[in-house]
Amino acid sequence: MDVMERIKQQVESNPIVIFMKGTPQMPQCGFSSRAAQALKAAGAEFAHVNVLEDPEIFQNLPRYANWPTFPQVYIKGELIGGCDITLELYQSGELQKMVAAVKQA
Amino acid sequence: MERIRALLLAALAPVTLEIEDDSRKHAGHAGAAGGAGHFNVLVVSPLFSGKGLLARHRMVYDALSHMMHGEIHALSIRALTPDEFHTHL
Repeated sequence: MDVMERIKQQVESNPIVIFMKGTPQMPQCGFSSRAAQALKAAGAEFAHVNVLEDPEIFQNLPRYANWPTFPQVYIKGELIGGCDITLELYQSGELQKMVAAVKQA
Repeated sequence: MERIRALLLAALAPVTLEIEDDSRKHAGHAGAAGGAGHFNVLVVSPLFSGKGLLARHRMVYDALSHMMHGEIHALSIRALTPDEFHTHL
C-alpha cells in the first residue's frame, strides 16, 4: 500500500492517534512524551504510531498534513497540532472536551 | 538564530519576538546529533488575529520552511495576538 494511503488509514481508523518518536511507554523525544502525556491526562484512549520504526511514515507524514514536525496528533481524522498546541488545548480544557466528544460518538 | 529572527520579522511583522536557543538542554539525544538546533519562539503579531492555533503555527513553520529540514530540529512555538499577549502578562 502507498505510504499516503497507510497514513490515511491510520488517521481515519483511529478516533485519536498520535504519530510520535517512540511509544507512550518509552518515548524517545521530550516533545512526543509531553504530547502523549497530555492525551493521557485528558482521559483519551489513543492509538500511536512510532515513526522511528517506520521510516516511510517518518519521511512522508510531514507532507500528509503540511506539518513539518513530530509529534502529530489527529482527532477524528483532523490534525489538531503538535506538542505545543496539544499542551495548550489541554491547559485550556479544550482537549478534554474533544476527547469527551470522541467517547460519546 | 539571527536568520530565524530575520525570517520571522519579514514574514509575520511581529510586535514582539523572542527567540531562545534551547539546543544545549537536548544535547546528547539522538535528534540533536546532527547539530540541528532546538529553538523556542514567542511571536506576537496582529496577523494571528482571527486564526486558530493550527493556522498560526503553520504561518511560523512556513516562514522558516527552508530551515525546518536542516538547521532547525525542533521548534517550540507560542503565537499570540497583541491582545492575547497583554492579557497573558
